Amino acid sequence: MTTPVPKAMTPTVVEAAMGEPVGEERVQQPPRRIRQGWRKAVRRDWQLYSLLILPVLFFVIFRYLPMAGNVIAFRRFRPGGSIFGEEWVGLYYVQMFIQDPTFWNVFRNTLILGALSLVIIFPLPIALALMLNELRSRTFKRSIQTISYLPHFMSVVIVAGLVFQLTAARGTINQIVTALGGDAILFMQQAEWFRSIYVGSEIWQTVGWGTILYLAALTTIDPQLYEAARIDGAGRWRQTWHVTLPGIRPTIVVLLILNIGTFMAVGFEKVLLLYNPLLYPTADVISTYLYRVGIISSNFSYATAIGLFEALIGLTLILSANAISRRVVGASLW
Amino acid sequence: MTTELPASAPRVERPVGTVIKDTRGYTVFRVVNGTALLLVAALTLYPFINLVAQAFSSEAFIRSGQVNLWPRGFNLTTFDIVTSDPMFWRNYGNTVVYTVVATAIAMVLTTTFAYAISKRHLKGRTVFIGIAVFTMFFNGGLIPNYVLINTLGMKNTLWAIVIPNAISVFNLLVMKSFFENFSTELEEAAEIDGLSTYGKLWRVVLPLSKAVIATMVLFYSVSFWNSWFSAFLYMDRAELYPVTVYLRNLIAAATVVQGAAGSDSAAQIASNVQAVTMLLTVLPIICVYPFIQKYFVSGVMLGAVKQ
Repeated sequence: MTTPVPKAMTPTVVEAAMGEPVGEERVQQPPRRIRQGWRKAVRRDWQLYSLLILPVLFFVIFRYLPMAGNVIAFRRFRPGGSIFGEEWVGLYYVQMFIQDPTFWNVFRNTLILGALSLVIIFPLPIALALMLNELRSRTFKRSIQTISYLPHFMSVVIVAGLVFQLTAARGTINQIVTALGGDAILFMQQAEWFRSIYVGSEIWQTVGWGTILYLAALTTIDPQLYEAARIDGAGRWRQTWHVTLPGIRPTIVVLLILNIGTFMAVGFEKVLLLYNPLLYPTADVISTYLYRVGIISSNFSYATAIGLFEALIGLTLILSANAISRRVVGASLW
Repeated sequence: MTTELPASAPRVERPVGTVIKDTRGYTVFRVVNGTALLLVAALTLYPFINLVAQAFSSEAFIRSGQVNLWPRGFNLTTFDIVTSDPMFWRNYGNTVVYTVVATAIAMVLTTTFAYAISKRHLKGRTVFIGIAVFTMFFNGGLIPNYVLINTLGMKNTLWAIVIPNAISVFNLLVMKSFFENFSTELEEAAEIDGLSTYGKLWRVVLPLSKAVIATMVLFYSVSFWNSWFSAFLYMDRAELYPVTVYLRNLIAAATVVQGAAGSDSAAQIASNVQAVTMLLTVLPIICVYPFIQKYFVSGVMLGAVKQ
């Protein structure tokens, strides 16, 4: 939606726009650009192509080779052998995870954490951005923003450490619980608390940073729209509903698509740092399970099959979200 | 005027004496809104304040749950304990080395790629962009990557950390859109003066791109400083760990004991030791944060212009 202009400027369009061809060079130039072959392009731009060599090698070796390495999901892998496995075993490993009850448990946990992230965490930056936007003092707004971005810069190890600190038996949260007359809760040993802790820490870490793009989108809304709305008798709430929200809708849609794309990849590193066997019933997700199966138990082919399944779901989700939103809302990633 | 925020629009109109006046409901809303935002800020800061308080407190006060906002039993001995562990400094030094080397490699690869794909006339440009962007949505996954790194013999070497994450596609797109907006006249002038592509990039474009380069260096170095997983995965020897893995092991050891045998404290790693280690790990980031924050914000905006 943003770049059709140069593409539409094919020679015919240019000629039609400019009327009669004026000189010889005008007639010759457009066809030449079309016929230009690779040999000529390389001769002219070889220095630019040479700049591409190392980065492209990087992508081929460290991004695309592992993608091809996914064939070991269908081949038996022997440690020390070829990275593409030794012999074909067909869907053996796929069958294995379909019949694996643990797999279905971690699949469910993944879906639940993904859904919670989407439903609870995704709208919060929008709300926070709208709240910040209502502030009149610039200094106040700046200070709140600066503070709210800070957790984004923390390593996930630090975040895990802070979680352990706050949820400890005599940590701040339990002090509040006991002050209110409750009994101290061993948060990190009871599976039913994990989801709240995970979502809570995600909110803490991401909500402020998530407001950046919304705040940028908010500044592009034409102030005249607000005036017009006020003249039509709209109060603050109606202005928010009819002017502000539609104004940032494209941003919301694009970020929503991106979020749907990462639906399955719920915070692997954070879960890995936070969980322990007592929390497996709710905390174990696909990626942590495949980490244990693959790295700890060295069952590489089986873990790859699980990982491939997860990645394909992610890819399907983002492609369909993008297609749907292009049809329905007219905004898309590409 | 156009850059003014919408929220300030009502103020401009008021002197005209029209009907526009804040209703009482709106005034109430503004007070509530301001208070709520203050609360958000307080909740965001609290874990850090609590961390600092624990770092300076004595273990006994932490254990009995008396340390919240302010240190109790103030002491600096924990700092001595942590900093007298040679492994801590070794790992801290590793983090510095990994961050510097990884950022340097990442910058070279990202800059050259971004510069080449920012040239609209380059044949095959969309293919190269596609090669990079596709990896945002699909990747090989943990195990194939692990097998690859092992096969390449990168395990227990610096390379396992600094190379496999050398290009972040998001950063690449930020740089690309910056280069796309670079003045073509300037580059053409340089070309007429006889500079090759390399010369243009090195002597004209890069010196004028200091802002975006600084931003990218910050993006990369913060993420390499914070990373722990590739080291955790590919390093078997403690003397190769970055400080994040050192910290992770400290926390893991403490929680295992907590979970297994209640709070039999003999083997338990003291909370204040953990707090001090955490504090020392985040210290560099906290120190530069006020200066780098605005670069990050502008970098994100630049990347969001078009993906």
